[in-house]
Amino acid sequence: MTALGKDLVGLEHLSPDQIRLILDTAEPFKEVSERPIKKVPALRGKTIVNLFFEASTRTRISFEFAEKRLSADTVNVAASGSAVQKGETLVDTAKNLEAMRIDMVVIRHPSSGAALFLGDRIRSNVVNAGDGKHEHPTQALLDLLTIRDKHGKIAGLKVCLVGDIQHSRVARSNIWGLLKLGAEVGVCGPDTLMPRGIEELGVCRFRRLEEAIEWADVLNVLRLQLERMEKGFIPSLREYYRVFGVTAERLDKAPRELTIMHPGPMNRGVEIDSRVADGTHSVILAQVTNGVAVRMAVLYLLAGGRPELADAAKGPAGGAAE
Amino acid sequence: MRSLLLKGGRVIDPSRDFDQTADVLVQDGKVAAIGTGLGSPDGADVRDVRGKVVAPGLVDVHVHLREPGNEDVETIASGTRAAAAGGFTAVCAMPNTDPVTDNQAAVGFIVRQSVRAGLARVYPIGAISVGQNGEQLSEFGELVGAGAVAVSDDGKPVVSSHMMRTALEYARSFGIPVADHCEEPTLSAGGVMHEGLVATRLGLKGIPAAAEEIMVGRDILLAGLTGGHIHLCHMSTRGSVELIRRAKEQGIRVTAEVTPHHLALTDHACEGYDTHAKVNPPLREAADVAALRAALKQGVIDCIASDHAPHAYDAKEAAFDDAPFGIVGLETAFAVAHTELVIGGALTLPELIARMSTAPAAVLRLPGGSLQPGAAADVVVLDITARWTVDPTTFFSKSRNTPFAGRALTGRAVLTLVGGSIVHEAVATTP
Repeated sequence: MTALGKDLVGLEHLSPDQIRLILDTAEPFKEVSERPIKKVPALRGKTIVNLFFEASTRTRISFEFAEKRLSADTVNVAASGSAVQKGETLVDTAKNLEAMRIDMVVIRHPSSGAALFLGDRIRSNVVNAGDGKHEHPTQALLDLLTIRDKHGKIAGLKVCLVGDIQHSRVARSNIWGLLKLGAEVGVCGPDTLMPRGIEELGVCRFRRLEEAIEWADVLNVLRLQLERMEKGFIPSLREYYRVFGVTAERLDKAPRELTIMHPGPMNRGVEIDSRVADGTHSVILAQVTNGVAVRMAVLYLLAGGRPELADAAKGPAGGAAE
Repeated sequence: MRSLLLKGGRVIDPSRDFDQTADVLVQDGKVAAIGTGLGSPDGADVRDVRGKVVAPGLVDVHVHLREPGNEDVETIASGTRAAAAGGFTAVCAMPNTDPVTDNQAAVGFIVRQSVRAGLARVYPIGAISVGQNGEQLSEFGELVGAGAVAVSDDGKPVVSSHMMRTALEYARSFGIPVADHCEEPTLSAGGVMHEGLVATRLGLKGIPAAAEEIMVGRDILLAGLTGGHIHLCHMSTRGSVELIRRAKEQGIRVTAEVTPHHLALTDHACEGYDTHAKVNPPLREAADVAALRAALKQGVIDCIASDHAPHAYDAKEAAFDDAPFGIVGLETAFAVAHTELVIGGALTLPELIARMSTAPAAVLRLPGGSLQPGAAADVVVLDITARWTVDPTTFFSKSRNTPFAGRALTGRAVLTLVGGSIVHEAVATTP
């Protein structure tokens, strides 16, 4: 069994040391993407399937870059046009993939628990690339890495997640990861988008954005799915921006400089003001860059790569992944 | 028919507050005599049941037998075989079959199939509305004429308050209750488990307790308005318990049932996305379980019903959102209730037997639930010391969807008689 176990389903059941291990392993992989020849042989000969039952651009491409830069052979399966659309069940899809002797599956699925379900039924390693409203662990890991890069630490920082907590897998993974690494976590948004019992996870709840801004060191602004308005959780995008939009005017009143994060894709003028997204305190593009390194680290560790060899693994001679 | 003498058991008949060691003589399909030292007639089958409990056969007012329409997962024969194994001598079949049991021919079919199977008695429940569409009342008179004992759109709530009102009024002419699955659909839409901390952690959409309680409150008000008898199916929340308690104090004609799983499990059973714990109404919180147990003890909730809901194994082998709601219960109901409630100290054994035989029979005005001499010999012999582990592969039901698999339970039916005939006999209990 690897240092992370067989699968990465979420951060809830990882230890602080395991999370730190992933972040530390990501450090040497950052440099790979800065080279003219962006490739190391760590996963040469490994077959990875990216199984996306939900549309995704950023996460899928980020995983694909991570896999290719580790020299893995990759296949992308999208739900549309595949057997899935023809009524094949998740368990049949899983067993068919297994029968093709693949090493890893990266899965994105609209149902919470789908990654765990798959991991329990196949021998291949499973990486959760977002399951319903449950977890999106690699997103939270890249958020943690970005916070650590910017602030030099995570413990003791006050990080507030802003927006639709109820429907957000990014929020759940961030809450677990931040709490495990010693940060204080806040959540802010309208009560209609706040899940029941969220305070019992050990987070502070803010009903007004102004209070959250006064409290926090970091704001992680979540994407507001436009369908939330259609389903009646908020009256209008206009009012949402008025009340919960992260604007330059609101940030001007902050007692300290806030780091601004967003998992993307952004709705400019809905949850975030363009001036904030493009401003000097925004680390939104650094998040994207770190996403590739963090995913390389996760794939490398799940494949049985030894953390202390991560540096060597990226060298031209290449350390074997086994 | 050969006579049968059950010798030396602890005879518990809640219909007469009877609880003593005695012999029970069954002759001509009836309970002929109860007493000590009864002689056996010539050729009688004499069974030594010392150390066992002899009770009226259990009655389940809420099961889904899936026939017609989904015979792959259960038939009337397999479901009543499971019932007999669980100690049930009578079950009420819900009408959400395919086609829906909304006419006299469909009711007659269920009765005929159950007679052909010759196991537990089956009392059909007819649909409230044609096709369970909530638009047009079914022909209650003809349903009752064919053998229906109640009406319900179970599986679906009766959304229209007007429809519920007219159903309660119209049912009065036939002396039957209207059984409701209480769920306010705009609040429960998309929900797959109880709305609470566990759902928040799992990222699953919750069904709030209020979705049930709003309909419980509405149904009680309409029962008060019409004087009709409302029977509330599978109650799951402490709020519902309080509404029923108050209604009963006011003399409103309301009865209610609770399932073994709602008495034994909480929403924590859904952790790990265990689809076998996916059921509607959902498993709630510890405070709800405690309130339901107390309500059962006090009679605020009248009876236990299994809500036996078979599903194909591969339907449950899916992501939590995609799996169907439902738990099979006939073969575990008594053992779960006995282990959790009697050994757990919430109920006495006679109280449990009352809540599983005499009370449910009374709720739907069915025969049974009594060992009164002269009554049909629907009898169960229970071994309340038998310890066994739930192994769904041994079920007589065609389905296996239970959250109790692997659980050690105490108590089971060892002999079940319907009209004096043996319909189930346990070979041996698992050591």
